[in-house]
Amino acid sequence: MKKELISILQENCRISDKELARRLGVTEDEVRRAIADLEKERIIRGYTVVVNDTMLEEKKVKALIEVKVTPTRDGGFDAVAKRIARFPEVIELSLVSGGFDLLLTVEGDSLQDVAGFVSEKLSTIGGVLSTSTSFMLKRYKRAGMIMDEDEEYDRLKVCP
Amino acid sequence: MTDLKSARKSYVARHIESLPKSGIRKFFDLVNTMHDVISLGVGEPDFVTPWNIRESGIFSLEKGHTSYTSNLGLPSLREEICRYVEKNYHVSYDWKKECIVTIGVSEALDIAMRALLDPGDEVLYTEPCFVSYPAEVRMAGGVPVALETHVEDEFSLTAAAVEAAITPKSKVLLFNFPCNPTGAVLDEAEMEKIANLAIKHDLIVITDEIYSELRYEGEHKSIASLPGMKERTIFLHGFSKAFAMTGWRVGYACGPEHIIDAMMKIHQYAIMCASTTAQEAALEALRRSEKEVEKMRESYRQRRNYMVKSFNDAGLKCLLPKGAFYAFPDVRVTGMSSNDFACRLLEEEKVAVIPGEAFGPCGEGFVRCCYATSMEEIKVATERIANFIKRHAGEK
Repeated sequence: MKKELISILQENCRISDKELARRLGVTEDEVRRAIADLEKERIIRGYTVVVNDTMLEEKKVKALIEVKVTPTRDGGFDAVAKRIARFPEVIELSLVSGGFDLLLTVEGDSLQDVAGFVSEKLSTIGGVLSTSTSFMLKRYKRAGMIMDEDEEYDRLKVCP
Repeated sequence: MTDLKSARKSYVARHIESLPKSGIRKFFDLVNTMHDVISLGVGEPDFVTPWNIRESGIFSLEKGHTSYTSNLGLPSLREEICRYVEKNYHVSYDWKKECIVTIGVSEALDIAMRALLDPGDEVLYTEPCFVSYPAEVRMAGGVPVALETHVEDEFSLTAAAVEAAITPKSKVLLFNFPCNPTGAVLDEAEMEKIANLAIKHDLIVITDEIYSELRYEGEHKSIASLPGMKERTIFLHGFSKAFAMTGWRVGYACGPEHIIDAMMKIHQYAIMCASTTAQEAALEALRRSEKEVEKMRESYRQRRNYMVKSFNDAGLKCLLPKGAFYAFPDVRVTGMSSNDFACRLLEEEKVAVIPGEAFGPCGEGFVRCCYATSMEEIKVATERIANFIKRHAGEK
């Protein structure tokens, strides 16, 4: 049941316990217990909302930053990655294969804001060799959702 | 002159004139006059065809594949179909001679009937059923003989019902499990007995397995896979339901070479071939859509659970259907006929369901509710139905 539960919540975490129970064919108590377990096990780390931010009045600036780092002898990539992850400006961070090591998404109020973070904070961290910043111009898809979805096509109301 | 004209009442052939219009059609016209109706009256997926399949259709056009295919259908598609059927239904067909691609299962059924029936031949078919069955039999000159299925048997077909209906004129046995409109599946023990009856009485079995991927409990089994059955079974299937491809109109039939060959004759004169674009898209559907199909099935399963629980909580008795995407609740608690129930529900609560009677007389007392409808709409619709039941229960 947990697998299906997670997949529903990933699509929409505002669904009521009652609906979850009905869809999964279990009781509301079972749903509540399963969710509590998932939270305790930290499999569920939180609940968020997918916003089409181009439609917000207050626009944030986002950048994807590729970072090359030197792994440390006892900490590998983790030590430096964890230091970078603590900055609130960094909203996503992964270790990746390929021509660089870490891929970050950074968010700021303005271009200067992000640039400042890169030059003053990120580049000065021990182990960071180089950074390459790409500002995000338009977001087409996020969390499995297309931002400007086409209008729905009307199907027949009654058919065999 | 005028006299001559009036002497001819109609130009339409008598056997077509006497053919009733589908009960669904009447309801369709009624629903279309109203606004803001939540419809549980559809018989198709609410998903758009998965993108990889649509993209293959686009690519096929881009490459300029706009000519006819072979009458039987694209060789690569037939090969893939036979591979798919062998893997999932455990019957192996020779794609060169035992498989034909059609315009949906509808055409496959039509040409099968026309290929098999001589005037007066009887076709035993289950009811409640897809609205075309008895009409297809009549149009091909056969005599439809309904085999009633009942809620007590979870709408599965019993061998006893088949046996009781067999006469020297019986030629074909036709059924569709998982079933539209009941969502029923065929009990396996009964399937074996039915297969034995077919062999004993030399019947051809036509099995419409269009909903077979949408099975939520237990595993689907085809009667064609039973010993001695492949040579007397026409297996019908298509892409409409599991792959959400209703509008593409692609289906297929697999069966004994001499029957497929006869069906091909009709198909070649009446149709030529199925749409090339659609056939190429169908090929992609078979090759790379397993995950998408699984995702849709899981979504239907959840919506089924929700709808059926809501009906039962509201006092509308409803079996948990094991397949397809229809719930078939018993509305007799209101004392209304299924037609009255559907009309008044539409009028008072603006929810469209299909009266069970449209699928055959023994569907009376039930209505078909499709759960291939968005969760939001199902939530509102089931609430409205619950209100309706509260107002009308026990109005006998």
